[in-house]
Amino acid sequence: MTKQKVMQAILQCNERGDKAFVPYIMAGDGGLQTLKKNILFLQEAGAAAIEVGIPFSDPVADGEVIQQAGERALTEGVTLRKVMAELASFKEEVTVPLVIMTYLNPILSYGLQAMAADCENSGVYGLIVPDLPLEESGLLKSALEGTDIALIQLVSLTSPAERINAIAEAAEGFIYAVTVNGITGVRDSFTEGLEDHLERLKAASSVPVLAGFGISTPEHVRSLGALADGVIVGSAIVSAFHEGDLPTIRTLIDASKNQVSQI
Amino acid sequence: MQKTETKGRYGKFGGQFVPETLMTALQELETAYEEAQQDPAFSEELNGYLKDFVGRETPLFFAEHLTKHAGGAKIYLKREDLNHTGAHKINNSLGQALLAIRMGKKKIVAETGAGQHGVATATACALLGLECVVFMGKEDIRRQELNVFRMELLGASVVSVDKGAGTLKDAVNEALRYWVSNVEDTHYILGSALGPHPFPQIVRDFQCVIGNETKQQIMEKENRLPDAVVACIGGGSNAIGMFHPFVDDEDVKLYGVEAAGSGISTGKHAAAIAGKQEGVLHGAYMYVLQDEDGFIQEAHSISAGLDYPAVGPEHCHLHDIDRVQYDSVTDQQALEGLQLLSRVEGIIPALESAHAVYYSVQLAKKMKEEEILVICLSGRGDKDVQTVRDALGGQA
Repeated sequence: MTKQKVMQAILQCNERGDKAFVPYIMAGDGGLQTLKKNILFLQEAGAAAIEVGIPFSDPVADGEVIQQAGERALTEGVTLRKVMAELASFKEEVTVPLVIMTYLNPILSYGLQAMAADCENSGVYGLIVPDLPLEESGLLKSALEGTDIALIQLVSLTSPAERINAIAEAAEGFIYAVTVNGITGVRDSFTEGLEDHLERLKAASSVPVLAGFGISTPEHVRSLGALADGVIVGSAIVSAFHEGDLPTIRTLIDASKNQVSQI
Repeated sequence: MQKTETKGRYGKFGGQFVPETLMTALQELETAYEEAQQDPAFSEELNGYLKDFVGRETPLFFAEHLTKHAGGAKIYLKREDLNHTGAHKINNSLGQALLAIRMGKKKIVAETGAGQHGVATATACALLGLECVVFMGKEDIRRQELNVFRMELLGASVVSVDKGAGTLKDAVNEALRYWVSNVEDTHYILGSALGPHPFPQIVRDFQCVIGNETKQQIMEKENRLPDAVVACIGGGSNAIGMFHPFVDDEDVKLYGVEAAGSGISTGKHAAAIAGKQEGVLHGAYMYVLQDEDGFIQEAHSISAGLDYPAVGPEHCHLHDIDRVQYDSVTDQQALEGLQLLSRVEGIIPALESAHAVYYSVQLAKKMKEEEILVICLSGRGDKDVQTVRDALGGQA
């Protein structure tokens, strides 16, 4: 069976007693040369997988922190092509699966088949495309057929039960459970009903469920991690890298360790 | 691009390329719209407002002097500039505001470029008692200062967007982000025939009043359909509203005029169809101005309303099947068109519509005297007087 690599990385974490921690970084924020350094740091610090964001001219699903990181990366001249080439150059050193997060248009411009082939050649085992909902996912799924690259779908709080089931059925790698109505970014609180929502998702899904959007503190990592198989942390990681605050990143990742109750 | 299963396709164009959080809202909108279409009370209410509040129907005016000046086909003007708020935008804003009320949503978000859609939406919201937030690019706010104040007078809050070039594209990004975050109580009134399904269809349907009236009026005046119909295209809402009722009338030639800005060859333009590149922006697969890495490029046009780097999906399809001919007109030519119509007919057109005026004069020259050409005069030029004065160095 294909589409195993990302899922297995998460399951292995859970088996060790940890929640899966998947950090998001903006590729090329601070220059393309930071990409390798940051990935290797996160890998060593205990990330289950790493989401590599591609800057885009029109990031409609992103909040201020990631928008600004994207603008800095665009100013550095970072493109999907350059990121794929850079990832290929140090893939032997990367032991965790990488997941590319990009809006659709850069992939269309890259070419769907070329993208699939270059992912395989760069240690990329998943794609998250925030503007490609289930209904439109066919075009990318067919290009990824027969590869070990999962097309990871998002589920939102607004998705009704029927839709959750349809997405869960088609899910690959993991389900990205968006924990807020809104765009990426730091938040103080989460809506009531989130617990039930994540419960329903886990029940419907045969792949792990990771919670993301708005998770920014060790406390969030523990509390939301408890409701899912792991968490995705974006803006807080992006800010910490931008400020050179590596201890904060370690603290966030450490909060995911030893959180699975052993039976 | 491969065909997918989605509704809302125009050939290969269109679709629903949006974050998952919006999918449910789009499906709700689709259902609410289908129900509204079946409900005679809905169209009765809308038509009542269009008649008594907007002032429809708008005249179809025989432009005798412009006709003489061109020396070819008889030129008629469909006077959308005479609508309340000064452009065709109100047709759609009112329709969608009524839809929002049907869906139980009390808050409206909208984007605006020239400010016409923002003013129209603020107006509809004032009339119907809805809360209204309008996102507008910083550069457009500078170009269209008075429209900002107009919206504020109408009770809307206008939010300046200083990202990117601070124009329409950036305003749409911000409006979409706002909608994603407030989707449960807010409806997004998209102003052009763009965006994810069902927006291109809804906007087209509400704008079809333009073409439907034109058809009836030309039959009354000339007892036949026109030979040519011309409209300007930014996102393409006035054009699709004018064209759509004529699409099956094969003898009626349709012409869409894009903004060539400083000239297509300079790269500083807003002519997405002329740019020939396909891609996804703001939820739809369309012709989109972009660079070789798939980053969306800024559009350039003297007219804020045409300053958008893509063209609505139905236009893209009409181009591909050769039903509509799409050409472009530069800033300079549009200014000439604006001056000409002002002098010979006493009508100052919007800079957007002036693109269609310039093109039509050239086209009419090549047509026979007994032939008929209709221009969709989508808006009036009051909002552009400052821009035009600056561009002409104060020399009218």
